Amino acid sequence: MTTCFFIFLGLERCRMNIENQKSAPVYEALERLRRQRIVPFDVPGHKRGRGNPELVKLLGEQCVGIDVNSMKPLDNLCHPVSVIYQAEQLAADAFGAAHAFFMVSGTTSSVQTMILATCKAKDKIILPRNVHKSVLNALVLCGAEPVYVNPDVDERIGIALGMNIDRLRETIEKNPDAVAVFVNNPTYYGICSDMKAIVELAHSHGMQVLVDEAHGTHLYFHENLPMSAMEAGADMAAVSMHKSGGSLTQSSMLLVNENINIRYVEQIINLTQTTSASYLLLSSLDISRRNLALRGRESFEKVASLAEYARDEINSIGGYYAYGKDLVNGTSVYDYDVTKLSVYTRDIGLTGIEIYDLLRDEYDIQIEFGDIGNILAYISIGDRIQEIERLVGALEDIKRLYSKEVTHIHNSEYISPIVAATPQKAFYSEKKQLPIKETAGKICGEFVMCYPPGIPILAPGEMITNELTDYMLFAKEKGCSIQGPEDCELKTLNVLKEG
Amino acid sequence: MDFWFSEMHTNNVKMSIRVEKQLFSGTSDFQRIDIFDSVEFGRFLTSDGSVIFSEKDEFTYDETIVHVPMAVHPSVKKVLVIGGGDGGVARELSYYDEIEEIDVVEPDELFVNVCREFFPDNAKGLDDPRVNIFYRDGLRFLRGKQDQYDLIINDSTDPLGYTAGLFTKEFYGSCYKALKEDGIMVYQHGSPFFDVDEESCRTMHRKAFRSFPISRVYQAHIPTCPSGYWLFGFASKKYHPLRDFDPVRWEKRGLKTWYYSANLHRGAFMLPKYVEDLLIEEEKKN
Repeated sequence: MTTCFFIFLGLERCRMNIENQKSAPVYEALERLRRQRIVPFDVPGHKRGRGNPELVKLLGEQCVGIDVNSMKPLDNLCHPVSVIYQAEQLAADAFGAAHAFFMVSGTTSSVQTMILATCKAKDKIILPRNVHKSVLNALVLCGAEPVYVNPDVDERIGIALGMNIDRLRETIEKNPDAVAVFVNNPTYYGICSDMKAIVELAHSHGMQVLVDEAHGTHLYFHENLPMSAMEAGADMAAVSMHKSGGSLTQSSMLLVNENINIRYVEQIINLTQTTSASYLLLSSLDISRRNLALRGRESFEKVASLAEYARDEINSIGGYYAYGKDLVNGTSVYDYDVTKLSVYTRDIGLTGIEIYDLLRDEYDIQIEFGDIGNILAYISIGDRIQEIERLVGALEDIKRLYSKEVTHIHNSEYISPIVAATPQKAFYSEKKQLPIKETAGKICGEFVMCYPPGIPILAPGEMITNELTDYMLFAKEKGCSIQGPEDCELKTLNVLKEG
Repeated sequence: MDFWFSEMHTNNVKMSIRVEKQLFSGTSDFQRIDIFDSVEFGRFLTSDGSVIFSEKDEFTYDETIVHVPMAVHPSVKKVLVIGGGDGGVARELSYYDEIEEIDVVEPDELFVNVCREFFPDNAKGLDDPRVNIFYRDGLRFLRGKQDQYDLIINDSTDPLGYTAGLFTKEFYGSCYKALKEDGIMVYQHGSPFFDVDEESCRTMHRKAFRSFPISRVYQAHIPTCPSGYWLFGFASKKYHPLRDFDPVRWEKRGLKTWYYSANLHRGAFMLPKYVEDLLIEEEKKN
């Protein structure tokens, strides 16, 4: 089975035309434009920086010089026909997709496009709870109804795992009218689901498969990494090129497979997308795609070996649990993305949030996030062994200086939601503010997120319980930034007037 | 021929040395190394364009970083040198008979090899039978080490370059743990003279001051360093660099030095007012 998988992948790789991948159409068009020395009587008004010297001082002439508007030689992101279209085609080829859309409003915009292009008001969409807030925001926009598949929670480390195929089957059978299944793959923590089985199951019930692959750009470029969404035959996937792909923050890509109507997706994108897309972002996507296609395999080989080294070293300190492939169980953890470095910290008596703060304040190390029980250090194509040694050294020193008696207050990050109204109905309903202690039994009117990692604790339309209010107050006390509610101090919450 | 090596000490200050001839240029995984012959400083070595040492002034550095702690600690048996691949520090240490073991941890093998070839007088320190060379990352080497060394010398070069990890709280913490209960750590402390360097100098003192019960700073005049004025840190679990300094014992050894003396030892800890002020300011931040 495994062998077949690799051979299949090998063929896929061969399909990408390496000669073509050496070009970068958007980048090359910008270079041509620079040489032409065209006199700009169009926007942006800084006119290659001349009108804003302080901006040039900050960003440099190279950078402001390519901050230009759409024009004939540069194509237009609203309806690409020349260089942007070619660049998107190359990206599609590199990722093994039928088409790729360059996105300039973050992977949030890719995720929202997937949902808006698939669901209409009152349509059901099946999704795990541990989705990014952008997914629930999209449901507010389109009025679709979420049907949650409860993810398993790992008892020891307290994180939501992947999508359990049996539980998905039950949910699909109970909701045969659902139009799509939405999957996070990999999760922030690196947990992967059985994508191939999910796609087969959903398709056999006429449902589309949408994948939030924000943390999985690299899956497309190394055969030993878990299977990517396009490979598995998913219909659409949102990939954060700016995370593991190396492009500028806010740039992203939406990949689609053959059966998707590209023109309709383009219309959906244009509902909310800027008409002045930044060429800094577009060219960064183009160059990063080229880099991934030509050198991605080698780079991610190195990233994976750095992460594996760090995992071994951290585990040998004792007290920390840097998990990896050992979590794989064939169901809720079908595979693990070894480029991720997530560490469970409660066994030294400290929460992930506390370690996150110590690393930054005492050791000048900024990690991606800390939650109640874990930290995640983001390892990428920009890392070197020296920095890994610093991180490991700091964790060892933290254990020596700050470790406390182990307490088990909340062993779970994930509390199952009770959907009482659609996110859209709740979002637009009349609301009242109540002291948080009096909200149990009411329907929540707003989002409550613990940031990072930005996964909702409560979404509009969900029933509030005592367990939830306790959890929110604990997270806040431990230093999580609470985002979403009108009162971020969490003294009060907005609840629906009716119900 | 008008051939000069230049190094920017700040964006607005440049130090230049007339070069007679370039002897070596090579790149390792860690750094680019160049070696030149010059009229004024003799042979000198640069890493990524910064002077690391020259024949003319290396004695000031090596003597300062070795003899100060050796004249304080009554019985040094086991020493760890982090960096120090040129061998200068090991050479100074080798003059002390009571030392039994000198571990030199240098990540860059190329650095050691070119020093052996072009600076045999320094590198002879590495040939002492008590010296063990480990081609490892310093932090990695220290991990898990506990209660082993009497003296740790951080001889790595650059708080901002590839050895940045050796000027951090985790490094000081690891050293503290690796030292015996009366151990001493000495380290380069940079120079606070130029504004761009002041912050890293402050931060280093703050970190060491919080990590060790005794933490003092001393100085040396090193012409090829930025502003020619360089500081060293003396962090210690038990011995105070002046109160436990034993000049009589040290002088009895009859070591031949060019920079260090018992008189200089005391003077080295008498800092200019502006340096004292900024160190005290950091200590109060606790």
